[in-house]
Amino acid sequence: MIENRKGLDLLTHVLLIAAVAVVAFPLYVTFVASTRTLDEVLTVPMPMTPGSHLLENYAQVLTGGSTRGAGAPVGRMMLNSLAMALMIAIGKIAISIIASFAIVYFRFPLRRTFFWMIFVTLMLPVEVRIIPTFKVVSDLSMLNSYVGLTLPLIASATATFLFRQFFMTVPDELTEAARIDGAGPMRFFFDVLLPLSATSVAALFVIQFIYGWNQYLWPLLITTDESMYTTVIGIKRMIVGGDALTEWPLVMATAMLAMLPPALVVLLMQKWFVKGLVDAEK
Amino acid sequence: MGQRVAFGSRWLPYVLVLPQIAVTLVFFFWPALQALWYSFQLQDPFGESTEFAGLTNFEALVHDGAYLASFQTTALFSVLVATLGIAISLGLAVLAHRVTRGTMVYRTLLIWPYAVAPAVAGVLWAFMFAPSIGVVSYVLRQLGVDWNWVLRGDQAMLLVVMAATWKQISYNFLFFLAGLQAIPRSLIEAAAIDGASPVRRFWTIVFPLLSPTTFFLLVVNIVYAFFDTFGVIDATTGGGPAQATNILVYKVYTDGVKSADLGGSSAQSVILMIIVIALTVVQFRFVERKVQYG
Repeated sequence: MIENRKGLDLLTHVLLIAAVAVVAFPLYVTFVASTRTLDEVLTVPMPMTPGSHLLENYAQVLTGGSTRGAGAPVGRMMLNSLAMALMIAIGKIAISIIASFAIVYFRFPLRRTFFWMIFVTLMLPVEVRIIPTFKVVSDLSMLNSYVGLTLPLIASATATFLFRQFFMTVPDELTEAARIDGAGPMRFFFDVLLPLSATSVAALFVIQFIYGWNQYLWPLLITTDESMYTTVIGIKRMIVGGDALTEWPLVMATAMLAMLPPALVVLLMQKWFVKGLVDAEK
Repeated sequence: MGQRVAFGSRWLPYVLVLPQIAVTLVFFFWPALQALWYSFQLQDPFGESTEFAGLTNFEALVHDGAYLASFQTTALFSVLVATLGIAISLGLAVLAHRVTRGTMVYRTLLIWPYAVAPAVAGVLWAFMFAPSIGVVSYVLRQLGVDWNWVLRGDQAMLLVVMAATWKQISYNFLFFLAGLQAIPRSLIEAAAIDGASPVRRFWTIVFPLLSPTTFFLLVVNIVYAFFDTFGVIDATTGGGPAQATNILVYKVYTDGVKSADLGGSSAQSVILMIIVIALTVVQFRFVERKVQYG
């Protein structure tokens, strides 16, 4: 620091700690509610210390779901969310990396056209074209299936751009050396380019996993069968309307479970997460 | 656009772009064209026949008070989310950058809300602020505030703004922190030697140097408020009370899915598409300028 003022430093820390507390407060309330009984939660004001029903509530939602709203077990929903997040993340990365490889390393007619076709997808989030996309998926009888849940979301310009950007920084000498050694394009791709892209792949994976896990509108439309619900949809379906009717401890336990996997991914892969966010916006 | 060294193959590049192009065509171009097509069609109430209606759907929207109100609601909502989110995150980033020790600890403690789904964020905030049982509502009542967002539109708006902003702070914070860390220390030191106070240094040096970041975040936050907050709205207010939080993207959904008004909803989709394209163009213009900055 340029000035060395003890008082100012202390004030900075106090403000930051207060901010961290305010940001974490909703999480704390959720956690407390998930460890108590419905009667305790409905007491006004709700007790603000964790109760003794943690295991009971979490076991109930994981294996049985709620009794008044959606009755599907959250364990099943978490598997659906995981499948959706993984398929979207891996699918996006896979189709984008080979498409950028073609666009950067080959000269062929329509190359520019393809590039622009991918580029415009950047502009239209699924929320905007929701009803016609739903019709297409329904015509292809993909409702209530993992394919219908994930395939329409894996076209991504962001990932294609990121890989294209990265491939253009790979020195030409590497490509030449590979060609002199007699490596074909796919050999070059798997043995040289893919290992070099490892950090970009990891960074994208973190961002896309969170994107996939947190999807809401699309699974809301596509899944009508309880066994296909994702965790985020499950929470919404457990809220039956009316503050006193909803089983809040179970809803809040499900909310904790819905937040845990993506939060862990962010915190454990923090370095790649930050890189992914910053790169994705270039 | 590409490398100087290229591989030669007549068929391989097509095979490689095929999956991406196929997905794009089926789930992107085809639905977008359909939206455009339906927006010019009028459907009879039973959905059995449609006829070409020109701009009728768009005209109806222009004269629809509810649609115009939704435009205003969206404008208010996105301006509030963007300005609040940017101001709070900038403040936090400046504070976290100032401390000699612990910057990374604070970063870790502030970035996790990014991982929370908008719908889950909505549920969390709706629960804390639930009129009868919410813990914050209780405190508000003790303070004499008549808090009931289920009935009062302004309070409902406040609630969705808070939930949406809370989730977005992490993102803005990371970009501001990176921006602050990129400012050369020598600049700040020189100003300090010349006797500029911390506040003066912030407004005359730091803030102008952060302006590309701020502008970029402004666009990103507006896009976020326009489209990604669907889950926040649906999990809390459902557009109510009395349309007070019925933002455009939510209206497309309710009119199209719940009221099955295909033509009207498609016309709304087309208008939203135009807005997104405009925002994207603005963003890319800016990105080009940023590249020139070096």
